[in-house]
Amino acid sequence: MADESSNPLLAPLPSGIVPQDEVDRTEKRWLLIMLGMLAVMMVIVVVTTITHAMHPPSNVETTDPVTLHLQGEFVESNLGTALGPDGVTVRLIAQQFSFVPNCVKVPADTPIKFRLSSADVVHGFILVDTNVNTMVVPGFVSEVRTSFATPGDYRMPCDEFCGLGHQGMWARVVVVPRDQFPRLTPEQRTNCVSS
Amino acid sequence: MYPRNRLALFHCWVAFGLFAPAVVLGFWQMLMRSPLPAPLDDPFAYYASVTLHGTVMAYVLTTFFIMGFGYAVAATSLGRPIRGMTAAWIGFAICLLGTVIAAVTVLSGRASVLYTFYPPLLASIWYYAGVFLLVGGSMIWVALMIINMIAWKRDNPGEPVPLAMFAITATALLWAWSASGVVIELLGVILPAAFGWTTQIDAGLARTLFSVTLHSIVYFWLMPAYIAYYTLAPQAAGGRLYSDLMGRLTFIMLLIFAVPVGVHHLFADPQIGGGFKYVQGFYTFLVALPTLLTVFSITASLEIAGRVRGGRGLLGWIGALPWKEPMVLAIGLSLVMLGLGGFGGFINMSFAMNSMIHNTAWVTAHFHLIFAGAAVIMYFAIAYEMWPRITGKPLRSKTLACWQLWLWFWGMLITTIPWHIAGLMGQPRRVAAFDYNIPFVARTAALVDISVIGGLILLSSAILLIIVLVRSHVGERTVIVPLRYALAVNPPARVPAALNGFAVWNSILLVLMLVVYGYPIAQFLLVLKPHSAAVYDVTRQPASVNGGP
Repeated sequence: MADESSNPLLAPLPSGIVPQDEVDRTEKRWLLIMLGMLAVMMVIVVVTTITHAMHPPSNVETTDPVTLHLQGEFVESNLGTALGPDGVTVRLIAQQFSFVPNCVKVPADTPIKFRLSSADVVHGFILVDTNVNTMVVPGFVSEVRTSFATPGDYRMPCDEFCGLGHQGMWARVVVVPRDQFPRLTPEQRTNCVSS
Repeated sequence: MYPRNRLALFHCWVAFGLFAPAVVLGFWQMLMRSPLPAPLDDPFAYYASVTLHGTVMAYVLTTFFIMGFGYAVAATSLGRPIRGMTAAWIGFAICLLGTVIAAVTVLSGRASVLYTFYPPLLASIWYYAGVFLLVGGSMIWVALMIINMIAWKRDNPGEPVPLAMFAITATALLWAWSASGVVIELLGVILPAAFGWTTQIDAGLARTLFSVTLHSIVYFWLMPAYIAYYTLAPQAAGGRLYSDLMGRLTFIMLLIFAVPVGVHHLFADPQIGGGFKYVQGFYTFLVALPTLLTVFSITASLEIAGRVRGGRGLLGWIGALPWKEPMVLAIGLSLVMLGLGGFGGFINMSFAMNSMIHNTAWVTAHFHLIFAGAAVIMYFAIAYEMWPRITGKPLRSKTLACWQLWLWFWGMLITTIPWHIAGLMGQPRRVAAFDYNIPFVARTAALVDISVIGGLILLSSAILLIIVLVRSHVGERTVIVPLRYALAVNPPARVPAALNGFAVWNSILLVLMLVVYGYPIAQFLLVLKPHSAAVYDVTRQPASVNGGP
């Protein structure tokens, strides 16, 4: 049978076909090259995170999901955009199956701080075409800092499965020119219908 | 037929018997997400389908296949009957019962939480009970692998444990460590809430516990592939294993590096501090090391085979390899997918770059390439290698088997490359349907359509797998060469005790786990202010469902 004649099981190779010291030498060389490669990658991670101040949201800040709507930072009147001395703070609540408010306007070329929490289950917050991306876990406040170089319309889908209406949970961030933003009323800052 | 053989065979039947329908679900899910029309266009059915597809592929296919493979390896590599056959059958029955309970619950629509355990969203108690039985039953297998290795060592003092047995025991230990996260989450957080004993749940603690399982479980799934790389592929190619010691080191490193790194799945989570994310992110780089060493060892082993078969020159030996052997073809295709997927993995584990792709289609693409691609294609090759030896009937046919492997390979690439790109363009994962009228969504339409073609190729490959296995099964009995494992070029007569057992490595892993997970878990119980959330039954009708963006 053709299969059997080409079957290598029938003719095992002799031991020592490669001398042990050659095995050791080549393996050691490969190991050093690979360790070097990993070290370079680690250095790149350290340098870029420090020089670009890049770090994922990790503020470990708790909140009580039961009273989230009723008291403290995330009461309804405090949601949306707030202009402060060091930029704009955007406060959002994620809940089944929408973000509240469902659209926010922010100025271009300004430091923006997003602060979010969940009123019910785990949600996700991603701004398409940016590197803004965080989980929204009930009981915790997620904080992400960013800035937008140019005006534009950014989509904001929930990116963690949150229940049977998950596919409908989309919101928007509209970036308006920097000088236009102070003229918007608080009501206009969370209403994108006219834009 | 030996009883041990029937044991391995039954496990594989369950694994592949459920794998095939789960591939059909996967294909339908791709249609649902695409601009193309899908039968039964229903988001609720989609989430139930993802739950079943994920549960079957990630928990059932893997656990049953690896248990069956483990029993076959223990019997053939040690060359003696397995101790604890009765316990093994009891374990099989428990796992099967758990699988049936979980599957029926998902089909009833009361467990559409997907297959990751992220409360406060909760499924029916029966789903968790089923998964708990499946994981618990597999712990009998873990114990049997350890017992069989220890018993063999006692009977053969000073002898090196055969590499295949050493590796499958490492696999068993890795699974025990990995499962500890989800088991503690089930017992401590989920089941009390699912039973209704408490209405409050700590979502941050649950996610952190699940992360212990989340990364290492993928290495559990990959281990059979690595075992085949080291012990089956060099033999099938007609060569010898370049280095036995490097194999042992690799499996030890996979064990101790794969578990204490799960927090890199939580880079985007607010409940873990930056320091622990940084440390575990660094540690994750080390997980790449055993894989990088494996690539060298296996390439060198295959080069020996290629040169013996007349291959000349720097790369001429590659063409001289017996590519019509399913095992040799599979390892070639598997390494290509492992390389591409591993490259993506470097991005996922990077502290900063992760933000670009977290929870996008990129992640789905990544783990399909690594698990469904690189690992599962080796499951096929192992099945083709084992089936004839268990049943005494030859494979019908090797050509058909090679076609099946090629189809799986191309199907997986055509599916996952567009997903990677769509993920970079911001397409979120786990969404039942998209409105392709929105400009941002519309630009991904062509990519999604291409990936559906890949899905169709994968479906045809899965059907071909079943055809090959069934045809072989009903064939005529002949004399089959027994399964032999690749010998090392220089087989070691003695190995250091540390490379012949796991006691010291388990101790090291325990210390590592306490260092990198101790505080991140303890903080929820001891440090943070109360932050528990109310439990949400997934089947509860939402107050309002938006029509879309």
